[in-house]
Amino acid sequence: MLRDAVLVAGKDLRIELRSRVLLWQVVPFGVLALILFALALGPAPSALRHGAPGLFWMAMLLASVLAASRSAGIEAEEGTRASVRLLGLDAGGVFLGKAAALFLELCILGAVLEVGLLVLFHVDGARLGAATPLAVLAVAGLAAVGTLYGALVAGTGVSSTLLPLLVLPALAPVLIAGERGTAAVLAGGGPGRWALVLAVMLVVYGALGVVLYGPLEETS
Amino acid sequence: MAPAVSLRSAVALLGRFPALAGVDLDVEEGCVVAALGANGAGKTSLLQLLAGLLELRSGTASVLGCDLARERVEVRRRVGLLGHRLSFYADLTPAENLAFALRAARRDPSGASASLDRVGLTGRLASTPTRSLSAGQQRRMGLAWLHARRPALWLLDEPHAALDPQGRELCDALVDEAACGGATVVLTSHDEPRAASVADVVVTLAGGVVTDKRTGDRRHHVA
Amino acid sequence: MTRLVDRALGPVSLALVVLTVVLGLWVTPPDQTQGDIVRLLYLHPALAWVGIYLATGLAALASALYLWPRTRAANWDLLAASAVEVGVVFLSLTLVTGSLWGRPAWGVWWTWDARLTSTALLDVLFIGYLALRRVPADPHVRARRCAVLALLAAIDAPIVHFSVQWWNGLHQGSTIIDRGFHFKVHGSMLFTMLLSMVALTCVFAWMVLRRYQIARRESAVEDAELDSALLERRAEGVS
Repeated sequence: MLRDAVLVAGKDLRIELRSRVLLWQVVPFGVLALILFALALGPAPSALRHGAPGLFWMAMLLASVLAASRSAGIEAEEGTRASVRLLGLDAGGVFLGKAAALFLELCILGAVLEVGLLVLFHVDGARLGAATPLAVLAVAGLAAVGTLYGALVAGTGVSSTLLPLLVLPALAPVLIAGERGTAAVLAGGGPGRWALVLAVMLVVYGALGVVLYGPLEETS
Repeated sequence: MAPAVSLRSAVALLGRFPALAGVDLDVEEGCVVAALGANGAGKTSLLQLLAGLLELRSGTASVLGCDLARERVEVRRRVGLLGHRLSFYADLTPAENLAFALRAARRDPSGASASLDRVGLTGRLASTPTRSLSAGQQRRMGLAWLHARRPALWLLDEPHAALDPQGRELCDALVDEAACGGATVVLTSHDEPRAASVADVVVTLAGGVVTDKRTGDRRHHVA
Repeated sequence: MTRLVDRALGPVSLALVVLTVVLGLWVTPPDQTQGDIVRLLYLHPALAWVGIYLATGLAALASALYLWPRTRAANWDLLAASAVEVGVVFLSLTLVTGSLWGRPAWGVWWTWDARLTSTALLDVLFIGYLALRRVPADPHVRARRCAVLALLAAIDAPIVHFSVQWWNGLHQGSTIIDRGFHFKVHGSMLFTMLLSMVALTCVFAWMVLRRYQIARRESAVEDAELDSALLERRAEGVS
C-alpha cells in the first residue's frame, strides 16, 4: 500500500509541476477570495484582524474544493481511468498517495494565504507562525476529506457543482476548529481542544479513505 | 486445456441498456479472435467485460481462470487493454507514463524505452507530453504499454484506427508476436479483411450477442 | 407477522399522534416561564430524535449492510434512501419548530446554537445525498456512491455536533435528563413528551416503510423493463 502511495503521490505531483494548475488557478483564487472577504468586511484594521482567522479558513476551504476537484479530475478521462484501473494498484495506497500530493499542494496554498493575512489583514507575524502547526494539521484533514469526496463524485459528470455541496458541510469541523484554534493562538494562547478536533478528522477520514476508496473507484 | 475466455449467456449493462444481451464465446489460449460488428453491436462492451471493467449482470464468464462475477479485480492485473481513448495521463510523456505503469504493475521500468523504440516513439516523441502527440502516436503509446507489460490477454479496441499504414503493420506484427508468445488476443475492428488476416477466429456481434463464427485468415506479420 | 405490522403501523401511529395532540394541547398545563409555547416540547425534541438519531442510524446501518459484500442486496440501498428522504423531512421540521420556539424564547428566529446548527448541517448533508441519488447512473454505481456518502454523513455528524457545541452553546441542555440523571420535566409533561417520541417514531417507521415499498415496486418495474430491453436487444441481432 505504501509503495503504491509513493508512486501515485509522485505521479500527481509531477502532473502538477507540468500543468501548474495549482500555481496559476487555485492559489490566485485563494488570494482573490481573501481580497474579496476584506472588501466585504471593510477597511478598519481592527475588523480585519478580528475576522482574519475565519476568513483565512473560508478561503482555504473554498480553494481546497477546487484543488480536490482538480486532484480527482486527473483520472477523469475515460481512457485514463480504464488504463489505471487495470494496473492493479492498491486502492488504499492510491487514496494515501493522492491525499499526500493534495496535502503538499494545500500547504503551498496555505503558506501563500498566510502571507496574505500578514499583508492584507495586519496579523501579527510571530503569532501567525505559532499557528502554523495547527494549520498543517487542518490542511492534512482537508486533503483526506477532499480526496475521499473527490472520488465520490468522480464520473458523475456534475462533479464541479456536486462536490462543493457534499464536501463543504463535512468540512465544517475543520472550518470551526481551524478558525477557533487559529484565533486562540493569535490571541496568545494555545489551540487547546481544537487541535484534538482536527486530529480526529484526520484519523477518521484517513481510515475511511483507505477502506472506502476501493469501492468508490468502482463507481467512476 | 481450459479456454482462456469462456462466456455463457453473458449479460452486461451500460446504465440500464443491455450492451451485451447473452454472449456465448470461447477463446482458446494463444488464439487471436477478431470481433466484428456494426456500431452499437457490443464490441467495446465485450472487451470491457473481459477486462473486468464492466460488471457481469447475469450468465457466467471466466477469463484466464478467474470468475468475472467474483474476481473482477484479479482479472484486471492479467489483461492489457488498448481502448479508443488516450491511455494514462495526458500531461505525462510516453516515457513517464510507461515508467509509472510498469512500476505500478511491479515490473522493471527500464523496459519502457525498448518498448517505445519498438513502436517508433523515440527521441523527442518519447519526452513530449502525450496530449501534444497525434492520435496515432497516442495509440502507439498504448501499443508500447502492451508490449512492455506482456499480459496474458490482449484486448484491442479497433487498434488500426488512427494508425497510418506503417502503424497498422506494426500493430499486426505485435499481435502476431504476442500470440506466438502464448498470449491470447481479442480485437475488434470495422476493417473486416485486415482483422481476418491477423485472426485465427472471426466472430460477428449484433444486438449484444455473437451471431456468427468462422475461421480467420491469419498470416504472420513482420514490422 | 410482517403483514400485521404493515397493516397496524398506520392506525397505531395515527392513534398515538392524536393522543399526543390531545394531551399536548389541552391536558398538559402551560409552563410557568414560557407559557403555551412550551407545547412545542411535544414536537420539537421528538422530531430531532427521529431526524438526527433514527433516520441517520437507519441510513448508516442499511448503507453498511449494502457495502459489506456478504450482505449486499439492492433492498438495503432502497431502505437507506427511504430513511434519508424521510429524515430530510424530519430534520427540516426540527429546524422550523426550533425557530418557532426560539423566537419567543430568545427573541430571534435563528441563533447559532449548537444543536440547531449541527442539525442544519446534517440536513444539508442529507440533501446532498438526495442530490447524488438523482445523478443518472447505473443502479449499482448509484447505490454504492450513496451508501458511502450516508456512512460518511453518519460518522461526520457527531464530529460536527461536538465542534459546533464547543463553538457555541445557547440551546438548553438535555431536555429530559440532566447529567446527574435527574428528570427535568415532570408529571404529565414528561409523559406527553415521551409519548410524542413514541408517536413520531411510529410515524417515521410508517413513512419509511411506505417509501421503501414504493421504491421496491419501482425497482421491480425497472427489472421488468430490463427483460423487455434484453429481448429487443437480441432481436437486433436476428434482423
